[in-house]
Amino acid sequence: MANLHAAPVNKGKLFSIYKLPGFTFIAVACFLMLYAPILILVGYSFNSGSSLALWEGLSLRWYFAAWENETVQGATLLSLVIALQAALYSTVLATMAALGTTRTRPFRGQTAIYTMINQPLMVPEIVTAVALLIVFATIKQATGYQGLGFLVIAHTAFCIPFAYLPIRARLEDMDTSLETAAADLYATPWRSFRRVTLPLLWPGILAGAMLAFVISLDDVVITEFVKSAGQDTLPTYMLGQLRRVITPEMNAIASALLAVSVLLVSLIFLINRKKT
Amino acid sequence: MADPVAISVNQVSKKFGHGKDAFFALEQVSVDIRENEFFTLLGPSGCGKTTLLRLIAGFEHPTTGHIQLRGEEISHLPPFKRPVNTVFQNYALFPHLTVAENIGFGLEMQDKPAAEIDSTVAEMLQLVQMESLRDRRTDQISGGQQQRVALARALAPHPRVLLLDEPLSALDYKLRKGMQIELKRMQLETGITFIFVTHDQEEALTMSDRIAVMNKGRILQIGSPTDIYDRPSHRFVADFIGDTNFLDGELIEANSEGAVVRLSSGKTVKTGPTDAAANTPVSITVRPEQAVLIEDLDAADLQGTVTNVMYSGTDSHFHIELTSKEEFVAKVQNAGPARRDWQTGQTVGIKFHSHVLQVVSD
Repeated sequence: MANLHAAPVNKGKLFSIYKLPGFTFIAVACFLMLYAPILILVGYSFNSGSSLALWEGLSLRWYFAAWENETVQGATLLSLVIALQAALYSTVLATMAALGTTRTRPFRGQTAIYTMINQPLMVPEIVTAVALLIVFATIKQATGYQGLGFLVIAHTAFCIPFAYLPIRARLEDMDTSLETAAADLYATPWRSFRRVTLPLLWPGILAGAMLAFVISLDDVVITEFVKSAGQDTLPTYMLGQLRRVITPEMNAIASALLAVSVLLVSLIFLINRKKT
Repeated sequence: MADPVAISVNQVSKKFGHGKDAFFALEQVSVDIRENEFFTLLGPSGCGKTTLLRLIAGFEHPTTGHIQLRGEEISHLPPFKRPVNTVFQNYALFPHLTVAENIGFGLEMQDKPAAEIDSTVAEMLQLVQMESLRDRRTDQISGGQQQRVALARALAPHPRVLLLDEPLSALDYKLRKGMQIELKRMQLETGITFIFVTHDQEEALTMSDRIAVMNKGRILQIGSPTDIYDRPSHRFVADFIGDTNFLDGELIEANSEGAVVRLSSGKTVKTGPTDAAANTPVSITVRPEQAVLIEDLDAADLQGTVTNVMYSGTDSHFHIELTSKEEFVAKVQNAGPARRDWQTGQTVGIKFHSHVLQVVSD
């Protein structure tokens, strides 16, 4: 057996991607393209001057400016309200969908449902945005309702696949004989879910919720189309500002958003690593 | 032996799949398992023994037939409504709970008062000698300890019947031997009916009160370990349990006491009772240690030439080619009175004591 396992390892050395000419150069160039602009943006968010291209000294001036800007405050609050609700609802729905697609006997159309749940990952966002715009505009006209509900529904919808994937992965990793054992030990399906499935699924749910939160927080396209007047989230506010004057305040806000995203993604990583 | 029936399985079939892919994991299986019995389902993998266990536990439901627990129909009850608990092959311990919480799980789900749960858990921890590890998480204990926790967890709610699905297969040899003795002790101490699934014939013989030998979805024979070993009903049973020889013969006559069979040598021998019809060809089985090798060829039932001698310390195995060209193996205890140092190429006679031969059906 040892020899059988050893063979592919030796074979792997015959073809090594690291030895292709220019590999290192291309890799470094790609990372530079990805991260250099972001690093420059973060750097300039600490600039004390009001120029976007001239470094004048280290300062938190633009962070304070953004912090005290009432429009920014409103947009941030709105972003958080929407993201929290969207994360909550989409995670609940995604958990139910994940249970439905992993904990039931195989049924006809299971693959179709799986594909449909993940569709928002594939359909161009602009298509969804236009479609939602048309539907919501009709409803707005018919009912006169202009509230946040539309944005919450839209965000919930496109967050579902992001919440679904980690939850489903976790469920598939879980040993189903644990649920069988619970049923054997007098647990009704509901109590088995509460006492066994849910506690073990918790890291997956948490990761799914955080991912949904970040995705909702970052969204521009759908929000821009669906929002009613005065419903600017942080990203759409930034987009609006960039069309007029670009101030380093934008750098500060973008850096803060980035920090939140990185923090949450790292947390997701840590949660998922802990399970093994 | 007059214990009442605990589990009665009546004409149970289980079909998996649909249409062309459909197959029967169990076909027309019937068996009565008594109270206080250590009952073993023995067979090779895929014989349906685990399916039968899962039907009794309630994880599957029979396609046709009935399962009764003390006369009460349970075939279509969900597992959580059956007073039957299972020790799973992979133990299936809850990784987010402690040893004590695992053991108390069944009682907790039955909404027993906390004081009762505590005392039963303490009692179970003592039974499996795990008191010191009660607050450990189940991934912080060894495989043998996990096995004990799984056993304690299944015994804690005092089920009518305990089902054990190859629980010892993941343990190493020494641990397995120890657990065999302990399982038997626990069964006697608790008085609970044990239904034990295994593919290990030695394990089945040493532990069981009765054994059901299964193959291809059917029960071939049910009986005590001695019944199964000494009087196998089928070729498969004789072959699966221990080493054996098969001989061709013709049935002369049979009644409830026994039968008379003519061997290929023309000699007639007595066998155990059989259902086969007179004047039909039959297969006969005889264990290697039940044949006696003699020099007097006229007194022998069969004769042949020694082709190989294998000395293994306590015994010697003599491979003999019979005059009918059939292969025969005889095992002789080296310390016993029957010892002869037969040499390769030597002609030898084989003699059977009455009733060591059994007619087997295919």
